[in-house]
Amino acid sequence: MEKVKISYNLNGRDYESYIDPRLSLTDLLRGDEHKHTSVKKGCEVGECGACTVIIDGETYNSCIYLAIWADGKHIRTLEGLTNPDGTLTDLQQAFVDEAAIQCGFCTPGFLMSSVALLEKNRRFSDDEIRKLLSGNMCRCTGYENIIRAVRKTMENRLDGKKEE
Amino acid sequence: MYDISAIYEAKSVSDAVSLRVEHPDAVIIAGGSDVLIKIREGKLSGAELISIYKLDELRGVSMDDDGTIRILPLTSFSHITANPILREHMLVLCEAADKVGGPQIRNIGTIGGNISNGVTSADTASTLHAWDAEVELTGPDGVRRITLREYQVGAGRVDLRPGELLTAILIKKENYEGYFGHYIKYSMRSAMDIATLGCSVNVKLSADKTVFEDVRVAFGVAAPTAIRSHSAELAAKGKPVCEETFMACADAALNDVTPRTSWRATKEFRLQLVHELTLRALRESVRLAGGVL
Amino acid sequence: MSIGKSVKRVDAYDKVTGRARYTDDFYEKKYLVAKILHSTIANGRVIRIDTSEAEKIDGVVKIVTCFDVPQNKFPTAGHPWSTDPAHQDVADKQLLTSRVRYYGDDIAAVIAVDEVVAKRALAAIKVEYEEYPFVLDPIEAMQEGAPQLHENFKNNILAHSGYENGNYEEAIKQEGLLCYDKWYSVPTVQHCHIENAGSYAYMENGRIVVVSSTQIPHIVRRVVAQALDIPWGNVRIIKPYIGGGFGNKQDALYEPLNAYLTTLVGGRCVKLELTREETFTCTRVRHAMRFHITTYYRPDGRFVARRLEGFSCQGAYASHGHGVIAKASSAFAQLYNDELATKADVYTVFTNKPAAGAMRAYGIPQITFAMESHVEDIAKSLGMDPVEFRRINMMKEGFYDAFSKNRNYYDSLGECIKKGAAYIDFEKKRKEYTNQTGDIRRGIGMSIFWYNTAVWPISLEASSCRLVLNQDGSVQLQIGETEIGQGADTAFAQMAAYTIGIPFESVHVVSTQDTDITPFGTGAYASRQTYVGGMAIRQSAELLKDKILKQAARIANTEADLLDIENGNIVRQDTGEKLMTVGDVATEALYSMTNAEHITAESTHQCTSNAFSMGCAFAEVEVDIPLGKVKILKLINVHDAGMLINPQLAEAQVHGGMSMSIGYGLYETLQYDQNTGKPLNGNLLDYKLPTTMDHPHLEAQFVEFYEPTSAYGTKALGEPPAVPAAPAIRNAILQATGVGIDEAPMTPHVLFKRFSEEGLIK
Repeated sequence: MEKVKISYNLNGRDYESYIDPRLSLTDLLRGDEHKHTSVKKGCEVGECGACTVIIDGETYNSCIYLAIWADGKHIRTLEGLTNPDGTLTDLQQAFVDEAAIQCGFCTPGFLMSSVALLEKNRRFSDDEIRKLLSGNMCRCTGYENIIRAVRKTMENRLDGKKEE
Repeated sequence: MYDISAIYEAKSVSDAVSLRVEHPDAVIIAGGSDVLIKIREGKLSGAELISIYKLDELRGVSMDDDGTIRILPLTSFSHITANPILREHMLVLCEAADKVGGPQIRNIGTIGGNISNGVTSADTASTLHAWDAEVELTGPDGVRRITLREYQVGAGRVDLRPGELLTAILIKKENYEGYFGHYIKYSMRSAMDIATLGCSVNVKLSADKTVFEDVRVAFGVAAPTAIRSHSAELAAKGKPVCEETFMACADAALNDVTPRTSWRATKEFRLQLVHELTLRALRESVRLAGGVL
Repeated sequence: MSIGKSVKRVDAYDKVTGRARYTDDFYEKKYLVAKILHSTIANGRVIRIDTSEAEKIDGVVKIVTCFDVPQNKFPTAGHPWSTDPAHQDVADKQLLTSRVRYYGDDIAAVIAVDEVVAKRALAAIKVEYEEYPFVLDPIEAMQEGAPQLHENFKNNILAHSGYENGNYEEAIKQEGLLCYDKWYSVPTVQHCHIENAGSYAYMENGRIVVVSSTQIPHIVRRVVAQALDIPWGNVRIIKPYIGGGFGNKQDALYEPLNAYLTTLVGGRCVKLELTREETFTCTRVRHAMRFHITTYYRPDGRFVARRLEGFSCQGAYASHGHGVIAKASSAFAQLYNDELATKADVYTVFTNKPAAGAMRAYGIPQITFAMESHVEDIAKSLGMDPVEFRRINMMKEGFYDAFSKNRNYYDSLGECIKKGAAYIDFEKKRKEYTNQTGDIRRGIGMSIFWYNTAVWPISLEASSCRLVLNQDGSVQLQIGETEIGQGADTAFAQMAAYTIGIPFESVHVVSTQDTDITPFGTGAYASRQTYVGGMAIRQSAELLKDKILKQAARIANTEADLLDIENGNIVRQDTGEKLMTVGDVATEALYSMTNAEHITAESTHQCTSNAFSMGCAFAEVEVDIPLGKVKILKLINVHDAGMLINPQLAEAQVHGGMSMSIGYGLYETLQYDQNTGKPLNGNLLDYKLPTTMDHPHLEAQFVEFYEPTSAYGTKALGEPPAVPAAPAIRNAILQATGVGIDEAPMTPHVLFKRFSEEGLIK
C-alpha cells in the first residue's frame, strides 16, 4: 500500500516517517526505524496493556492505535523515561527496589501507566491506584509490589513537594 | 499490521460525509477499539476504512442555549467522565463511562462508537436510553434528529443511512433537570470486562422527597439491544418512596426483559440480576435524589 | 554474606528500561513470517487440502500441509530424556497432522513475506474433512463406544496408576466409623504468561538455530532433533529473557515445526509467533480433573481409611501426561495420613480438547482444592475447629516416605499454620462470623498443602554449572537452569558469591542459554532451580575456589589449606590477614610465564534427593449472596521453603502464586462449545484473568527451617504458592454462607446455582 508521510514527536524528538498505513503504532515503534523494544506485544487487541504508550499525556494501547494517527502527536515510551545519562527515574528505581519486576514483560506497560498516574499529581488511595492500573495485566507479581512501588513514588513526590 | 485495503482520513465532517458517499462500503473508524479488533479477527479483514479519528471538531461536551446537553460523538470515555457539564447534570453517565474496559480503552473508546456499534452491553447506551437521549445525524441531505431508541434498530444495527455520520448526542433539559441516577455494571471481574448485565436507573422525586414523580429504568444485555423497562417505570411512577415500591418496580422489570442463555451466563442468572440490580440502582438513585430509604 | 539478603535482581535495570531482550527483540535481520492453519473440527481426518488459491497470493513463499511433512512422531514433554525406552514420554505428536484430534489442531503452515499475506493465504486454503464424533469429558471418554483418539490407548486411557497402603476394604469394616464421600471438579485453565509463545528459526553453517521463548532449551534441542529425525548436534536452541512460562514453556511447542520450516526456505529466518488466541488453544493448559474422595473416620475426627479416584483430562496429546495426576495422588497419601489404609486409583484420559501439560504446581492445585474442601466439610460436620481437625490427621514431624526418601524434619505445617492464624486473627474472626444472616456475609477459611522439590526419583535430576574467572576476580556463571522471571539468575549469583567468597556484584550470570555454549541442565520446572541448580553451583564454586587458592598459595609461597577467600580477598585463615585480591590471583595466573592457567570450573551434580515443601493459606471473604459475588478481604500464604536466598524475591514469588490461585478459585476457566468442541473464551477479554482491582493485599510469610538435603538449605518455592489460596477461599465461603462449593472456579454462575439450591436465593 502507498506510504503515507507522518510527522510526530517521539520522546522529545521530532520525526517524519513514510509509513505503511496498515501499521499499528506498536509496529511503528518496534520496527526498524525506532526499535523501541519496550513496547511489548501480548494480545494485540488492547486487553493486556503490555504495549502501553503515552500520547499527548494519555495512555493508549499502541496495538490498537493506527500509526497514521500519530501524525501531529507527542508520543512517549519507556525508552524516553530513563534519564539521558542512563540513571533511573524515581519510579523505575522504585520498581527495582520493591521487586515489582519478575519476567519483566508487562513492566514497560505498567511503568507508562504509572507515569500517567503520577503526572496527575494527586494522592490516590490504593483502590484508585488499582483502578488506574487496571488496564495492564501481569501474571507474575499478583500486582502487590507494583502497587507498592507506585504508591511509594507517589508519596515521595507529593511529600517532597510539601517540603518546598 | 492490519489487513486494510484502503484508509481515507476525513478532514472535516463534510469531508467525512463526502467520503461516505464516495465509498459506500467503507467502515467508519473512530477510535478503533472495535473496528481494528474485527479486522484482526478476520470479520472485517481487507476492509476499506474512513477514519474520523482526527476530527477534533467532533470532540467535547457543551450546552445549547435551550439547556440541551450536546455530547460530540468522538468524546472519549475518560473525557466524558471528567467533563464538568456532565458531572453537574448527568453524573451517572460519567460513572457509566468510567466502567468501560480499563484506562487505556477509556482514552481511545468514544461514546459515539459505543452507541453506534449497536451492542447491547455498551455501558453508556443504557444510561443514555434512560435519559431519553437523541442523536443528530449529518448526511449529504443535511441534519436529522431522532431518538436513541429509533437509532438503535437491532442487535449490531443502527439507523445510519448512506453518507450519514453521527455528529451529536443530545439530552434535553427537561430530561435531566431534577433527575438523579445510578448505573450498575455487573461483570465477572472489576475491570477489563463487558457487562453480564447493566442497569441504569434515574428518578425525579417530589419536592418533599416522598413520591416518585418520574422513574426511568434501562438495561443492557437484558435484550438484543439496550432497552427501557416501561413496566418497571409504571410500577414506581407516582408511588411513594418505600421498599414496597422498590420491590414492585424490580418485579415489574422482569416483564420487559428477554435475556438468553449463552455460555456467558444463563437466562435465570440474568433474571436474578435484573431484579437485584433494579432494586439496588433504584435505592441508590433515591439516596442521591435526597430521598429517605 | 550474599545469601539470605534481598539484593536487587541482576536483570532489574535492563527490565526497567525496556532493554531486556525477549524472543521478538532478538533477531535483527529480515525475516519471513509463518502462520499455522488450525483445524475447525474437533475430531476427524483431513481428506484434502487445496492450496491453489493461496499459492497465487503475492508474497506467499511456501505452503506446507500435513501431507508433506515427515510423518514420524515425537514426544513434547519437557521431561529429561530417559535412555530406558520404558520411561520415555509418549511420542504422539507430528509437525502437522491429517488426523485432527482437537479444534485447533495443526494441519498446514504458510510462510510469507509478512503477516498480512500469511493471514490472507490461510484464509484462502480450502480443507475437506471427514468428521468423527468427539468427546470432551474424561469419564465419558473412558466408556466403551466413546470416540477413540489414539490407536494404542484403549478407551482413551493414556495411563492408570494407583496404590494401596494397608488394606482399605478391611479397614472400612471397623465398627463405629463415619463415612463422607463426595465428587469434586476443577477446570481447564491456562498459564497466561504475558509473552505469547514464539520463536525464530534459521540455519547457520548447515545447522538449525531456534531462538525461542522456552523454559527448557536443552530439552527443546533434543525434541527438535527427534521431530526432524536429525542428529541432536545439528540443532542449537537459544533462550533469551522470557515473558513468563509457568510450565507452558516446559514443553516443546512450535520449535520443531519452525525448525522444519526454515529448512524449506533454504535456512532463511522464519518467525513463528503465536497469537494470544493460539497460545490459549494450541499450546498447553492445566489438566481439568474430577475426583471422588471417600473418607472413613472416627467420631473424634481421626482418619482411618481414605480412597481417591481421579480422572485427568489430558486433551488431544500426551504432553506431560500421567505424571500430573500421579503427583496429585502422592499428595493424597502424604498431606494427610490414615490410621489404617489409603487407596488411590487415578486415570489420565485423552479427550478432544487442547493438550494439557505442565502448569505451576503440577496437579497439586487440583488435588488440594478437592482434598481441602473434603476435609473442611468433615470438620464442619463434626463441629470441630478446622485447624485442630487438620492437626489430628496431617503429616507429622518425622514422617518418612520410602519411595522418595523424603523426611519431614520439622513441624513445618504446624508452624506455618500458627503464623497464618495469627495474621488473620483466625479464632476471633471465626467466632464473630458464626450464625450470620442477611444478604452480605463474611467468613474465614484455611487450607494446607503438600509439595515436593524437583523430580527425583521419578526422573533424572542433574545440573551442570560452569564458572569462568576474569582477570578482575569476577566470574561468569553459566548453568542450564533458566531465568523465567522468578529471579533464578539473582539467586544463582548470590549462591556462587557466597561459596567462592566474592562479592555478589562480582558474579555475572550469563542469562541467555545457548545449547552450543551453556552446560547441560534441563531447565526451569519442578521448583528445582535453587535446589538442584544450587547443588551444581556449590560444587563448581568449590572447585573454582580450590583452584584460586592453589594459585594463590603458589604466588604467596604457602599452602592452599591455610588460605581462604573472603569478600574477594585471599586471606590467611589463622590471622585473617589479606594477602591479595582474587583479581590479583586471576591476573597472575592467566599471564604467568611459567604456570599460565585460565581458572575455570565446570561440573555436573547428580541430585538423589527430594524435599517436602509445605505451608498454608488463610482467607477472609465477604459474600454478596444475591449477586453471587465474593470479595477477598484478607489473604495470606505461609511457606516453609527452607532458607530464603533472597527474602524479597521469595515474597514476590509467593504473591504471584497467590494471584494464580485466586484466579483458579474464583475466575478462570476455559470453556468449549459442547456442540463443536470450539474454544469459547480463549482470549484475555473472555478468559477472566483477575485484574489489579480483583486482588486484595497479598500477605506472604515464611517459616525458615534449614533443609538438610539442600546445598543452601532451600527447597521448592516456585510452584507451591499457587496451591492453597483457592481452597482457603472456598472454605471461607463455606463459613460465611454454610454452602460448600465442590467445583472451581467459584464464579457467580456457580454460586448463584448453589445458593439457589440451598435456598439462600429464592
